Order: sequence, then structure tokens, then C-alpha cells
Amino acid sequence: MIEMQEVYMTYPNGVVALNGLNVTIEQGEFVYIVGQSGAGKSTFTKLLFREEIPTRGSVEVNNKDITSLKWKEVPFFRRNIGVVYQDFRLLPRLTVYENIAFALEVIEESPKSIRKRVMNVLEQVGLKNKARFIPDELSGGEQQRVAIARAMVNHPSILIADEPTGNLDPETSWEIMRILEEINASGTTILMATHSREIVNAIKKRVIAMEDGMIVRDEHRGEYGYEV
Amino acid sequence: MKFSTLKRHFKEGARNTWRNGWMTIASVGAVTTTLILVGVFLVLMLNLNHIASELEEDVQIKALVELTAEQSDLDQIEENINDISGIESINFVTKEEELDNLVDSMGEQGQAWGLYEQENPLNDAFIVKASDPLETERIAAEIEEFDFIYRVNYGQEYVDTLFKFNEYARNIGLVLIGALVFTAIFLISNTIKITILARKKEIGIMKLVGATNNFIRWPFFVEGMLLGVLGSLLPIAVIIVGYYFLTQNVTILQQFDFVKILDFYPFALQISLIIVGIGASIGVWGSLMSVRKFLKV
Repeated sequence: MIEMQEVYMTYPNGVVALNGLNVTIEQGEFVYIVGQSGAGKSTFTKLLFREEIPTRGSVEVNNKDITSLKWKEVPFFRRNIGVVYQDFRLLPRLTVYENIAFALEVIEESPKSIRKRVMNVLEQVGLKNKARFIPDELSGGEQQRVAIARAMVNHPSILIADEPTGNLDPETSWEIMRILEEINASGTTILMATHSREIVNAIKKRVIAMEDGMIVRDEHRGEYGYEV
Repeated sequence: MKFSTLKRHFKEGARNTWRNGWMTIASVGAVTTTLILVGVFLVLMLNLNHIASELEEDVQIKALVELTAEQSDLDQIEENINDISGIESINFVTKEEELDNLVDSMGEQGQAWGLYEQENPLNDAFIVKASDPLETERIAAEIEEFDFIYRVNYGQEYVDTLFKFNEYARNIGLVLIGALVFTAIFLISNTIKITILARKKEIGIMKLVGATNNFIRWPFFVEGMLLGVLGSLLPIAVIIVGYYFLTQNVTILQQFDFVKILDFYPFALQISLIIVGIGASIGVWGSLMSVRKFLKV
């Protein structure tokens, strides 16, 4: 469960990113976050991942206020949250297999268990036959599937996806959405920041619309709702 | 930490060292240059120290007794010297023994001195050794005050100069080695920093999946250690070969029997270990220093 109360965020350069945010997201929900660039979507997701600390207000994840986490606790907190970005962020010199295995090496899984879990998750995203490729040898959609596999291999309770289809063609985007829906069906909360009207309007979920650092609309089975 | 994790860190560190190619060669080169200089200095300094302390050991006070002294006076002098603190040993040498020693030390030419056996011009003497060579001057001064002591001799100028020279050499050597090591650390940390800049994004991604700082640091630790050890191979070879030739061929030095350089074994082994140690420390320090600021993500 995610709960934000009265969250304000002003960056050191004076930019106000969030202006009094209140939101509750239940475990297992699928939420789109929409809004124009600079509306505060990215900051919103960064707070949940403890990449940023709010200037004021509380951010609770799984009943724990993460604004007061110590530096040393942050890595352990992050292991419970998966993240997927528009630019995939894979380690370029490692193979697909190694990229995913890395997330398990970090938590000191045994090599045997790592092998099993990586192969399982590769099967889930349909890339079992590409395990030995390096990211540059894959298409954008495949790279994003690797990133999702890496985010999922730890069985996190929350998956944050920051414009996961931003760099992909429509057909590939639907493929990625199908995988995200599957993950959501298994109980993982999904927060997806997006600019894709087609996706939001086709796959109906809760929509949180942001403007100038505030939530201006929050509806279940919502529409994208912006004229472009 | 689990053993499999440690293994992973070593594998990763070795792989990064290999992948960084030219940067690795540059870092190893910096360590090599430094360690050759440090090694030569160390060899010089340790040998100088060794020679100096051998010489210090040989420093003794010769207190010449006046010709008029009776046996009772001699006993009195010996008793007085015994009362001085910091004495290691006292030996009494008669003037006859002194002459014999002199004749012997001159070798064949010495035979000519045999004539003096009839009319011995030398004095009886007490040979006194201080337990701490640096106390020699004080003890000599005290002995000089006693009755029937004609002259006290301990090669004053020679000993003082030796002590001073030894001290200077030690200090200058330490400062130079310190400066060299510092320069090497700086060079390595800079070369590694360049390779880390390229890996900055990777470190960010590692933190993304919840890697702790120590987890990220370990491979860099291994890499630094490898760079240091690789960089110490050539210096060790140079020092060992060079020192071997030195011990085999320095006939000039061997003519003076007071100049004895350290034996090839175990000195060569000791100096090799010291060089590997310094190399590994430089590498580790340099690499951890440069990774530090990239960890705050």
C-alpha cells in the first residue's frame, strides 16, 4: 500500500515539483499517472523509490514512512520495488541473463537459485532463447522485456514504470502492456507514468492526472482526457 | 558475506580490469614506475641503515692510561668506569697487547714495528663499549675526568658525522618514498576515475536494483588490488636481478670490510613482499578513493 500525505517538493534550484499531494493506492492496483511534461509525474515516482526526499509531508510504502530511512537502509528498501524506465537502463556489457541475475546477486541468492529464477522470469517475458545476447543485440521491445524481467525477478510488491512504452512502436507497446497486466494479475501494484492516450483509453484502469504538482483528477476506469 | 558473493566480486573485478584495456595499462604503468623508484630507494636506505648500525656497533671508547699509573690506580679507574651508567663492557689492554695488535694489523709492513718491543711507546688502555652507541659521547666525557687518564679516543668527528648522516639519510629517504607513494595514489585514482566516469551509469543502475555501497565497492577493491600487484611485478624483477648482480659483483665495496651490504637472501624476499604490499595498498586506496563520490546516488 502507498500513502502520501501533504507532500511538497521544491528542488534546490527553486523549481516547485509537487504542491500538496494526497493519494492512497491499495495493494494490487494498476494506476496510470498522466499529465504534461513538468507536471510532477517523475518526481512522484522518484519519491516512491526514495530517489528524492520530499521537502515536506510523509510518504508511506507498505506501512513504513520512507522519508526517514537512513542511507544504509535505502538499498534494502529498494529491493522490494521494481523499476522500469523509458530508456531500459540495462548494464550494456552484461548479457541478458547476467543483467537479470545481477538483481539476485545483490541479495546474495545462491548461484543455483539464481539460475532457476532467471530462467523462469525469462520464460515469462518470452526471451529464454535470447539469454546470451547483450542488450545492443536486442530490439527496443526486447530490451524493455529484459528490464521488466529484472524488475520482477525479486518478486517486488510494487512495480514503477516510468513511460515504459515511450521509446517503442505501438505494436511492441501492446506486447509490454500485456506483460504488465499479467504481473498485475499476480498481485503486484503497478504505477505507470505515461503519455500514451491509446493505451490509457484502451486498457481501462485507475487514472491519476497531474498538473503543476497537484492531482487534478483521480478516477477509476478513467480516460486519458487531454487534447493534444 | 557468502563465499559465492566473494567469488563473484573477484570475478567481476578481474573482468573489469581486463575490459578497461588501455586504462589498466596506464594505471599499471604508473604503479610500476613508482615502485621501481620506491624499491631502489628502499634498497639504498635499508642497506645504509644496516651499514650504519653495524658501524654503530663497532664504536668503542679507548681510554689511554698515563704511563705513571700503578696497578692500584688501574683498579680504581676500572671501578670508576663500572659505576658509569649505560656501560656494556670493559676490557683492559696492556701496552704490549696493543703493540701486538698494531703489528698484526699492518701485515708484512708491521714487522718493522717489531723494533719498538724494546721501547714500547704505547699506553695501557681500557676499551669501553656503551650499550647504546648514541651514549658514547657522554660516557667518553665522564671517563676523561678520571685521574691517570691520559686521553680518551672514540673517533669523535667520525662517529658524530656518521650518526648525523645516518639520520639525514633516513629522513630524506622517508620523505621521498612518501612523496612517490602519494603521487602514485593520485595517478591511479585519476586513471581509475576516468574508467569510472564511463561506469557512472552502471553504478546508478546497480543502486536501482538495491545494491549496497559495499557490494558496488568490492569489485573496485579487487580491481585496485590487481592493478597494484600487476604493477609490482616488473619492479620486483628489476630489484631482484639488480640486487643479485650487486651482491655478486661489488668487489670494490668488499675491499673495505666495514661496508657489508645485506645478504641476497632473505633481503630479496623481504623487499619483494614490501613492494607487493605497497603496490596493492596504492591500488586499493586509489581505486576506493575514486569510487567514493559516485556512490551517493
